[in-house]
Amino acid sequence: MLIIREICKSFGGARPRELLRRLSLEVGRGEYVAIRGESGVGKSTLLNIVAGLDQPDSGSIVFDGAEVTNLDDNARTLMRRRKIGFVFQAFHLLPHLTVAQNVALPLGLNGIAAVETMQRVEAILEAINLANAAGVYPRELSGGEMQRVAIARALVHRPLLLLADEPTGNLDPDTAMQVLSLLREQVKSAGGSGILVTHSDRAAATADRVLALTANGLEAATP
Amino acid sequence: MSAIARPLLAQRFILFQALVVGPLRENPGRTALAVLAIALGVALGIAVHLVNASALNEFEVAARHLAGEADLVIRGPRDGFDQALYPKLARMPQVEAANPAVDLEVPLVDRPGSLRIIGFDPLQAARVQPSLVPEEYSMLSDLLDADAVLLSAAAAEWLDLTAGTELRVRVGTRPVRLKVIGVMAAGVYRQRLGLMDIASAQWRLAQLGRLNRIALRLKPGTDVQVFRQELAALLPAGVHAVTPDSEGEHRAALTRAYRLNLDMLALIALFTGAFLVFSSQVLALLRRRSQFALLRAMGVTRVGLAGYLVTEGAAVGVIGAALGVLAGYALAHAALLLVGADLGAGYFRSIVADLAVKPEVLCAFFALGVLFAVLGTLGPAWEAAHRAPTRALRAGDEEESLEHTRSPATGVGAIAAGLLLTLAPAVNGLPIAGYAAIALVLLGTVLLMPSFAAALFSRLPVPASAPSAVAIAQLKATPRRSAISIAAIVISFSFMVSMLIMVSSFRVSLEAWLGRMLPADLYLRAARSGETAFLTPEEQRRIESIPGVERVQFLRAQTVLLTPERPPVNLHARPIEAAAPDKILPLIAPPLVPPANAPPPVWISEVASDLHGLRQGDTLRLPLGGKSVLCTVAGIWRDYARQNGAIVIDRGIYIRATGDRLANDAAIWLRDGIDIDEAQETLRDALPPEAIVEITATREVRAASLRIFDRTFAITYALEIAAIVIGLFGVGASFGAQALARRREYGVLRHLGMTRQQIGAMLSQEGAVVAALGVAAGLAVGWVVGLILIHVINRQSFHWSMDLHMPWAPLAVLAALIVAAAALTAVWSGRAAMKQDVVRAVREDW
Repeated sequence: MLIIREICKSFGGARPRELLRRLSLEVGRGEYVAIRGESGVGKSTLLNIVAGLDQPDSGSIVFDGAEVTNLDDNARTLMRRRKIGFVFQAFHLLPHLTVAQNVALPLGLNGIAAVETMQRVEAILEAINLANAAGVYPRELSGGEMQRVAIARALVHRPLLLLADEPTGNLDPDTAMQVLSLLREQVKSAGGSGILVTHSDRAAATADRVLALTANGLEAATP
Repeated sequence: MSAIARPLLAQRFILFQALVVGPLRENPGRTALAVLAIALGVALGIAVHLVNASALNEFEVAARHLAGEADLVIRGPRDGFDQALYPKLARMPQVEAANPAVDLEVPLVDRPGSLRIIGFDPLQAARVQPSLVPEEYSMLSDLLDADAVLLSAAAAEWLDLTAGTELRVRVGTRPVRLKVIGVMAAGVYRQRLGLMDIASAQWRLAQLGRLNRIALRLKPGTDVQVFRQELAALLPAGVHAVTPDSEGEHRAALTRAYRLNLDMLALIALFTGAFLVFSSQVLALLRRRSQFALLRAMGVTRVGLAGYLVTEGAAVGVIGAALGVLAGYALAHAALLLVGADLGAGYFRSIVADLAVKPEVLCAFFALGVLFAVLGTLGPAWEAAHRAPTRALRAGDEEESLEHTRSPATGVGAIAAGLLLTLAPAVNGLPIAGYAAIALVLLGTVLLMPSFAAALFSRLPVPASAPSAVAIAQLKATPRRSAISIAAIVISFSFMVSMLIMVSSFRVSLEAWLGRMLPADLYLRAARSGETAFLTPEEQRRIESIPGVERVQFLRAQTVLLTPERPPVNLHARPIEAAAPDKILPLIAPPLVPPANAPPPVWISEVASDLHGLRQGDTLRLPLGGKSVLCTVAGIWRDYARQNGAIVIDRGIYIRATGDRLANDAAIWLRDGIDIDEAQETLRDALPPEAIVEITATREVRAASLRIFDRTFAITYALEIAAIVIGLFGVGASFGAQALARRREYGVLRHLGMTRQQIGAMLSQEGAVVAALGVAAGLAVGWVVGLILIHVINRQSFHWSMDLHMPWAPLAVLAALIVAAAALTAVWSGRAAMKQDVVRAVREDW
């Protein structure tokens, strides 16, 4: 479903450096992959490139049959809207929307009808045990609850691919494990694929396959 | 309804709520301030425009009313023309009917001011100006009495007179008693007016054998323009055939620049409001950048995101503009009711006006308010939509978001373009390029502020004390963010500085001018206003022979119509040495002394020079005594008193050309040692008891002139204060927004052990440094804008020149006040942001 071939990415500025060097990766449909690596090695950069938020200096990315590097900004935006879900370390819930409205946002962007939206939001909030918090604002939630809402938002529109960037970075260990379990369960039950980026071995162990991103590129690693 | 269903009912508006409604509601203070700024700008613009437009409309209606069904009006100088012209014109085959008239401003005895009195032929008027003919036949016959006058309702109310009472007016230096035979119905003529029979008016107002107006109704099918040209050959010098609309057009042309100036001043308040929207939007959008990055990551396009953000600005604009329209209408209505139609410059004094509202004017100002609010949002919205999401999702440095403001090229370009525009001439008498120049200079300055701040802050030394060091480090690290607050201060303060410089220069120039124009000890006037007061030769001799008087110069004031397209020019005949006219006239350049065989010299004012395109050395034909006399423009002088222009001619030449030995004013020099107050009494006693004259010491004339000046600028001061208040609120709002964005920072500092007082000290220092920079830049820009106001706007609008005068003391005081106010505001904003639990601030998502 996702085929990355020999992408390279460098950054200029005060400290120019080459982050990704001839990196290749394939993720099959229904596969949940973890990419582990130290801070600053390029994990988030890789996710941004996969999502079309950034462009590689060279190489190709084929996602769901389309060459992402050939798409213009609007086309990549639409691709993200329909086929990709995001979970961030810092949650990034919109403060002026309730929990239900935050979760419903991707459906609204995709033009899903109101009745179906309601049903899907209800179902996914039930799945993450936050149905009672539908009308609550993010500032009233704990960190773990916020991340669960973020996961719900990332999956409610049934994306082909979920990208999770250090989703448990701001959580305590117990909450982190709950969130990781939920993440894997929701990815699998939705039938999509997922890429989890983390520096934690424990987090990586929840995936089907673990890869290590180093200065030399991607290598298989033990879960 | 379930908890899920309720919030999702309007799910298509979720983005609207997230991006427009939510932020507006989250910051009610900031939203209210922006709405208020737009509302105030729109309200002031509408009020000023409506009052002026209503007055002008009334004036034009009155002029049309007087003209009635006339196709042409024959107009001449103030002292009129020979009445023998009337039968000549009346007998012309193209003329259906002709109504002769004497039309004069007659000074009153029992109160200051004058009343317009028209002496007309009531029988002829029925054929040309039927609306002026009294409806009651008995009143018509009463009007033929020698001292009868019919008053308009407005005049009767103003003078507190009714039918049967006495009206005393001044002719020469004597009172003339007229009997009020009735009051016209309210709708007949809305302005202050008195009507007399023409023969009575000629006799009682000392106009025997003279007319100064003939209204002509032409036969159907007559080409008005062709007939006008034919008439030009018949009419004596200085007498012209004009269309009835010309009086209204002259007043419109005369007041156009003044009205535009006031409109521009009101728009300054709107511009400042728009800048307030801009500066608060920039800071708010910076704070929300990670929200926008998330939405871009989720699939909202750039255009979509920018559209929502612009809608937020438009929402502020719509609410503010709507409130502004209502407030502006109410303000205009109250102003007309309480103050009248004159906003200080005297153009519409004595005009009685009702509010004339055109819906398209209200719509235009409403649209302006929305437009300004949207313009204030466009830049920040575009920037937010095009920012790379990846940076913001990592919560990077906000300064990177303002990277594009690094280059000063656009700012320099805008300022350069503005300065170039100052060379452009006026457009239809309006300084459009001048206003555009000011806008470009201000815009360029705002664009330069980030580079300016970055360059300056990088050079600031780092103090030893921790709060000061953090303050300076903050400024060094985020100069472009601070530039937004600096720009707000620059905008407000530069307006203040430029107006102060312009008004101060004007006032000082006026004082110097008064010193040159009023060299004598006493001034005697037959009347302060009006056209029928004068001093006879006998009275002039009596004044000259009064003990204690060293010498007297008499002045005769007339008007001449050089061209029908322009209003009449004032003509002053006074003793003047051709070889040394600068002894009494404030010439702008060394004079030309024409040789003995050249046409006699005249000296024209700057206004006359600009309006009639005359330069030193040119010749002009002056209509004197019905003849066209060739004269040489020997010099141009500065005149702040006569808005239509003025021409000075030697009195001896004037008397030889016209035979007119009357005078209006006398400048009196006293012998050494004579007390001025006693001299005034002596003068009064020397004249017959029934003589009514005004005798004023020079110091009183100067003081009265300056009072008029201050009153004229009162509305300017009020509009400027409004703009400054809005600007200062904007400074407070931008400080407040920055404080909110730095809550987490304050939380960390508090975790590290910094006390609230230390954080307050840190903020006040930041605020003071930012304000000091803003004030310094504002002074420089204000000086440039002040120069544009003096040398371009004023010159092209009113044709006045003035000398630059810098009011250093008031500027220094204002600068200190602004810096202090900004420092206090910064502290107050920070305190509001620190009220939250410091722990929560640190772990906050946003």
